[in-house]
Amino acid sequence: MVLYRDHDEKLDLLKAGKLSLLENVKEFLKRIDANKDINAFNFVFEKDALESAEIIQEKIKSGKFGKLAGMVIAIKDVLSIQNKPLTCSSKILENFHSVYTATAVQKLINEDAVIIGKTSCDEFAMGSSNENSAFGPVKNPIDKTRVPGGSSGGSAAALAANLCDASIGTDTGGSIRQPAAFTGLIGLKPTYGRVSRFGLTAYASSFDSIGPFAKNSSDLPKIMDVLSGQDLNDSTSISSSSIIDEDISKIKIGVPKEFFAAGLDTEIKSRIDQIISILEKNFEIVEIELPNTKYSIAAYYILTTAEASSNLSRYDGVRYGHRSKSNINLQDLYESSRSEGFGDEVKRRIMLGTYVLSAGYYDAYYRKAQKVRRIIKNDFEKAFDKVDLILSPTTPTTAFKIGEKTDDPLSMYLNDIYTTPANLVGIPAISIPIGNDSNNLPIGLQFMANIFEESKLIAVSKFIENNLVKK
Amino acid sequence: MNTEFESVIGLEVHAQLLTSTKIFCGCSTKFGNPPNSNVCPICLGHPGTLPVLNKKVVEFAVMLGLATNCSINERSIIARKNYFYPDLPKGYQISQFEEPICENGFIEIELEDKSKKKIRIKRIHMEEDAGKLIHDQGDDTLVDLNRCGTPLLEIVTEPDISNAKEAYSYLSSLKQILTYLEICDGNMEEGSLRCDANISIRPKGTIELGTRTEVKNMNSFRNVERAIDFEIERQIELVEEGGEVIQQTLLWNADLNEAFPMRGKEESHDYRYFPDPDLVPVVVDEIWKSELEKRLPELPQKRKVRFVTEYGIPEYDSEVLTSEKEIADYFEETVKTTKNYKSASNWIMVDVLKVIKDEKISITDFKLSPENLGKLINLINSNIISGKIAKEVFPEILKSNVDPEIIVKEKGLIQISDTSEIEKAIDEIISQNEKQVEEYKSGKDKVFGFFVGQVMRATKGKANPQIVNDLLKQKLSS
Repeated sequence: MVLYRDHDEKLDLLKAGKLSLLENVKEFLKRIDANKDINAFNFVFEKDALESAEIIQEKIKSGKFGKLAGMVIAIKDVLSIQNKPLTCSSKILENFHSVYTATAVQKLINEDAVIIGKTSCDEFAMGSSNENSAFGPVKNPIDKTRVPGGSSGGSAAALAANLCDASIGTDTGGSIRQPAAFTGLIGLKPTYGRVSRFGLTAYASSFDSIGPFAKNSSDLPKIMDVLSGQDLNDSTSISSSSIIDEDISKIKIGVPKEFFAAGLDTEIKSRIDQIISILEKNFEIVEIELPNTKYSIAAYYILTTAEASSNLSRYDGVRYGHRSKSNINLQDLYESSRSEGFGDEVKRRIMLGTYVLSAGYYDAYYRKAQKVRRIIKNDFEKAFDKVDLILSPTTPTTAFKIGEKTDDPLSMYLNDIYTTPANLVGIPAISIPIGNDSNNLPIGLQFMANIFEESKLIAVSKFIENNLVKK
Repeated sequence: MNTEFESVIGLEVHAQLLTSTKIFCGCSTKFGNPPNSNVCPICLGHPGTLPVLNKKVVEFAVMLGLATNCSINERSIIARKNYFYPDLPKGYQISQFEEPICENGFIEIELEDKSKKKIRIKRIHMEEDAGKLIHDQGDDTLVDLNRCGTPLLEIVTEPDISNAKEAYSYLSSLKQILTYLEICDGNMEEGSLRCDANISIRPKGTIELGTRTEVKNMNSFRNVERAIDFEIERQIELVEEGGEVIQQTLLWNADLNEAFPMRGKEESHDYRYFPDPDLVPVVVDEIWKSELEKRLPELPQKRKVRFVTEYGIPEYDSEVLTSEKEIADYFEETVKTTKNYKSASNWIMVDVLKVIKDEKISITDFKLSPENLGKLINLINSNIISGKIAKEVFPEILKSNVDPEIIVKEKGLIQISDTSEIEKAIDEIISQNEKQVEEYKSGKDKVFGFFVGQVMRATKGKANPQIVNDLLKQKLSS
């Protein structure tokens, strides 16, 4: 296999004829086949990928090609691709095929990326371990007894196992950053609204963000730039300026003490302390306060489940998706189709969300959680008056064992403790690999920036990549 | 006794808007297309699709709000109303709940004693329509989602309506406003205007509202009246017999002339409204609002008053003519050609409206142009034809919109005002009917009519009746 550092180098090789895109894609397909035990993919588009490889190869030869020409990308199976299955790793969408293509995916295709397949995830992107898939758990390629994180675990595992050049995930409460941390990748959750959600199967609409996994800081902004942009099909999308090579020499980094309290793994803490001491030589680092982030998990699970309970109502067995065979009457059709079609975690969240929106509970839960969201936003606004970036761990622990937390949803939820605030606030956040723990499991470092300041996140990612030797 | 109670009614009206596309997608709103042909992944609720609000719907909502004296909220929220039904693909209806687009307006209605009453409008909000279930095709229930996503405005009154007649009057006024604004065709029979009534009774003179019931499924103005009367009567009888009104939803059955309670399960909904996270708040700033204000047409009440002052026609005429915008427009077009306003009013109220009623068409489908009607009126005014002849000409010209001047000429219908010609006819008739002349001279005035008839017959109705009268009187008394 011809090796390349990043897409820039790959493109040079392709242009110089030193690398055949067709061979490259074949190689990936072979590796995917050899790594089936990881269970990263729900669907592999062998024929399409080979076909587009040939076409893009020709385009490169002709000199007219897109920004991502030849980049082999895996897509989380919550995004629609026309005439391709869309399951969201759920039985309820078994055999469902999309009739249109998501804006984000279309943009990648327009820039000549090769879409190699759709990756597994937690059912409807609900989970932190990728164990909630109707098609079985995904294994962490670094240690196959462990989870890759979730919910974009398949996308993370596929890239970490070198089954693609990059992958696309979605992040509602940490679903890109946490798996990135667990598998040693860079994962970016962009500003809410920067990437159109049109074609993304909704989990929690006011939280959901589409973003990339990458192995290096040069591929990341490339993909990000292609994904970005206002879309007339998504009223919540916003136009944004493109990502620049930002000079961060004068930036201030805030370290919120609340993010280093009890519950954080000591090895992660000490590794981050090491990093901070290195960063301190180049940047001003100050301690900051985000006092209300302690309510993040509570507010997050009220608001996201509320939205989810409504978003998932459309899977009713009437028009498409799983329809129970035991339907005597309409009520029965709904009940049995949904009972058979949804997995436990999805059911748990639908019930929770239905409850918090119910008459008599709305004010106490949903409305209050909205207020808390506002207060947390205020915390961050204040913080960004003082600092450019906020540094924190991505996860409280490194990748845990498969099955370790499946019976303890609360402890599973707490895995998102550092990542949910960015989704509540709508700001961009990145997870950067900063070495491994004593079990040789990757540790992720999270940076959060103010809205639309992805450039700063990528700049700091580059800095760390260039200046830190991985432990 | 009935007199001990008074009824309190509030109406919820759904008006289907005349936009060419649906409220949240680009699908056509055209009625009558094959089932499930006006659909796309968005209105079918496919995974990943998102709604985008049709700007026209906001404009229509604001226009109705302005026309009904509402305050327009600068910022309003789109919400989801959650419930399961096969005609609702997403499992929720996109609507508005807290913070609707228009609030606190009123419509003034006229009561039987000609006094005016304000019916307050609590709110107007935008929402999407659901699809339709078809039950009469074999054993299965079929779903047609063409209508799904058609824009609606829901107009909710305060409980200011006292009886069925007032409800009828309110509905007529609202329909008038909607059609004047050209935002809804107001057709209750076809479902583009739907009305639900909240009804309660209380002892006369008390303030506290009684337990209300909601009556649905009234698909004509007449049925609204009948259903309200029925339900008031039912509640009064119930209470008088010592019973208690329970809060429930009733469905009006027009065939049986009765309202029946809906099954318990269908009405015990907790809709779990919450702001739709897929849609940003709707912002109507002052600039947009005043732009729309400028686009408002003259509204029926204003037009009615203007017709009386500008054209000098009776108030009754004005009311009939302005009842529908198109009729009023027809009148105003007609009086561009003729200055005989009262005559124009009469012709439209009597002859034109009769044809429309008989043929069950709308005035926009009426073939005779206002210009040609005006010409016909002018022919009478200038004594070219008699009114009688005009009534004969009218059916001839209305089918294919012929210029009455041409018909009158072609058929030789021009009125005879030449006294010598009429005199000749009179002389002949007098000489042929000596007996009647004797009778007349002996004081039998009634015979005069006989002579008029004979003259008109002899002149094939073309003789100027005034001249015939004058000459006959002269000749008979000589």
